[in-house]
Amino acid sequence: MPSLTLLGQSILSGVFIGALYGLLGLGLTLSWGLLRQINLAHFALVFLGAYLNYQLAAAGLDPLLTLAVTAPAFFVLGVALHWLLARYSVSPLNTLLVTFGFMVMIESLIQWVWTADFRRMETHYGNVRWKVGELYVPLPELLTLIIAVVLASAVWATLRYTDLGKAMRAASEDAPVAAAFGVNEKLLALLLSGACAAFAAVAGICLALSHTMAPAQIYAWIGVVFAAVMIGGLGNPLGPLVAGIFIGVSEALTMALIAPAWAPLVSFTLLIAFLLFRPQRVAA
Amino acid sequence: MRFFLKNWVPFLAVGAAFATVPFMGLPAFYESFLYLVFHWIVLATSWNLLSGYSGYFSFGHAAFFGAGVYGTAVLAGKLGWPFLATLPVAAAVPALLGVGLGAVVFRLPALRGELFALITLALMFVFATIVLNTPLDGGPGVYMSNVAVPALAPSPSGSFYLMALVLALATVGIAYSVYRARFGSGLFAIHDDEDVAEVMGVPTYRYKLAALALSCGLAGLAGGIHSVFVSYVTVGETFSGWMALNVILMAALGGTRHWAGPAVGATAVTIMTFYFTTSDYAIAGRALVGLIFIVVILFMPNGLLGRFAVRKPLATQASAAAVVQTNAVQEKTEEPILVVRGAKKAFKGVQALAGVDLEVRRGEILGLVGPNGSGKSTLINVVSGHYPIDGGSMVFEGRELAGEAPHRVARSGIARTYQIPRPFAHLSVLENVALPPMFGQVAMDRARAESEAWRWLEFTNLSAKANRLPGELNLHERKFLELARALASRPKLIFLDEVLSGLTPSEIDGAIRTIRAIRDQGATVVFVEHVMRAVMELTDRVVVLTNGRSIAQGAPREVMRDQQVIDAYLGTARA
Repeated sequence: MPSLTLLGQSILSGVFIGALYGLLGLGLTLSWGLLRQINLAHFALVFLGAYLNYQLAAAGLDPLLTLAVTAPAFFVLGVALHWLLARYSVSPLNTLLVTFGFMVMIESLIQWVWTADFRRMETHYGNVRWKVGELYVPLPELLTLIIAVVLASAVWATLRYTDLGKAMRAASEDAPVAAAFGVNEKLLALLLSGACAAFAAVAGICLALSHTMAPAQIYAWIGVVFAAVMIGGLGNPLGPLVAGIFIGVSEALTMALIAPAWAPLVSFTLLIAFLLFRPQRVAA
Repeated sequence: MRFFLKNWVPFLAVGAAFATVPFMGLPAFYESFLYLVFHWIVLATSWNLLSGYSGYFSFGHAAFFGAGVYGTAVLAGKLGWPFLATLPVAAAVPALLGVGLGAVVFRLPALRGELFALITLALMFVFATIVLNTPLDGGPGVYMSNVAVPALAPSPSGSFYLMALVLALATVGIAYSVYRARFGSGLFAIHDDEDVAEVMGVPTYRYKLAALALSCGLAGLAGGIHSVFVSYVTVGETFSGWMALNVILMAALGGTRHWAGPAVGATAVTIMTFYFTTSDYAIAGRALVGLIFIVVILFMPNGLLGRFAVRKPLATQASAAAVVQTNAVQEKTEEPILVVRGAKKAFKGVQALAGVDLEVRRGEILGLVGPNGSGKSTLINVVSGHYPIDGGSMVFEGRELAGEAPHRVARSGIARTYQIPRPFAHLSVLENVALPPMFGQVAMDRARAESEAWRWLEFTNLSAKANRLPGELNLHERKFLELARALASRPKLIFLDEVLSGLTPSEIDGAIRTIRAIRDQGATVVFVEHVMRAVMELTDRVVVLTNGRSIAQGAPREVMRDQQVIDAYLGTARA
């Protein structure tokens, strides 16, 4: 049995990694739940964002400021993706295939520009960490947690309380009827898809701050993030964050108590358990 | 015999011609290259058996391939088994793993295609983790250079070539047999509308499980052979998302609804990839494969062989004449064929059926009427097993139906139509009608079922549209397709759910004659309808439902004068 301090530290690191799962899952849950698009290219966009961030930071820009460049650029990409998928009325399953294709293309692009080697962003944020009691709190991870909580809550509040959010939910429920009530559902869908891609840029910064990157790593996140999205309930912006932290802590405890190598099994086991015992949660 | 000569002899002849290659003294390069083509043909075709035919896309084919790779690697490489003896294990282990996975996920009520895709993707990472962390591999990979390759040809590369050739022929042969047979019809029906397929008698759960097992077993065999071919296996190379993508790309490119589609796609992609990876533009080649993938899905959703996707009929219209009557003509009797007692069904807070009692007598036409929302369609859905019943009993010919799977209800001789026609969109009109007889009381083979289907197409005046897709029919024709489909299984009891709604008066006259003819053929009819003229003309008895209860029954004219019934339809007058 490891010491309480070690246990506390691993739970904390589980919360931090869970926040990143939640941040990656935010765009996915919105596009799956509200647009009926399963966007695998989201993972590649997150990595593209991380690499761009790495590149701009190397040129001397503060990592958080690079968002001013990447977020608008990604917004346009997201709009373009939705336009393409809507233009050819691609079925939900086929969106998975089309975006798989985009993922491979972006991965190839990354590999071409930055090679297949591991890269790590060096910034002044990276070395800052505080000691709170017995526990170490690293700044990059803390930033990720804060950004994830603020962003997810903001999206949740927007969808729930603003006219724009209500219109989006109505359009996803029944587009023709929403359109009959004066909702411009096509424009809203484009906006939402753009926003999802911009969230990928934000997630990319957090990824670059706390993780080493390699093109092949893109695939490593798919399983666990989709598990968080599905357990969290499709279309619910807070869902992936809560489920992600739950998974992250479970993984951290598995690493601390059993063996690090078994952690990848955790998310799959939790997902299957949820599918078996709470199937209505994942039924969109 | 003629069938065998026509279909399998050319197939075996092609195989025999290819089998001579290793004995022609060509450079080993050709054998190895063709080995890879066959290897991918096996993987893409085996993937297609479940995913293409039934529409459940697996993103985890690499997991089952990998199970086969490590099956052989561990047994032959580490434990010293002879190579050929490991192959049955390399097939059986993935097949069992597939059955295990299917037994869990195919029971999930919420499972849809997307969810299956992601679960299988996650499964691949799970397998990789397990193999990496246990003595199966443990990290360093497994060397197989000490494994003796059976000398089937003058050179080892020739031996691999022959093994892959045989496996590829076998896999394509299996894909062809499934495609042509009743099994294939069932899988294609699952692809289009699984609920309806189940209600028409297709044992969907068993079919999906069987297709998954077959698919995984063949992928495992390919893995077993491949492990010795590459002679050094690692977790990273074996369990790769890239392979899953490649297999789907091949099948989608060739056409997932045709038995030869994946083989065509596999050949094209293997040649293309080979060309790029040996050039200086390996990364660009990968990106190009991604791009082709996108273009194919957007512009050729049915693949290169998409235009051949509708299967050729096995029976001609002329064969319809030879069909013999199976049901004896029924006389109208007092004997009940179906007795429903206290049937209950609730949807969240709405009590759709609040204890319905109903008796259907053999040989009659029973009208089931009531205002909208009174529970008529729910009753049909409960009897046919489409919705599980909450309480009460339903006894059909002495057999309790409550709790039976829908396909077993269909097999006991009950058929239904859907109020809004739900044809299988990618099956021809003929195939739509031929499906129920294949899975009804008398399980017919596909050729006989199609003869039967021709007969019912003639009966409903749809023969001219037999080879069209349902999407090309108008509403009137789609309603009659729905009717033909319900009749084709020769049910003892048939539920007609508002078959007349939306038809013009003259079309209704035709339909009334048709329904009378159905009863005269020997079926008992329960007729749900709002068109009162038809109810009065056709029915022997009428049962009235309101708010999920039966409030009156008897001869049509008497029931319609009942004060309760008038109140239910028109409301109560204010005093």
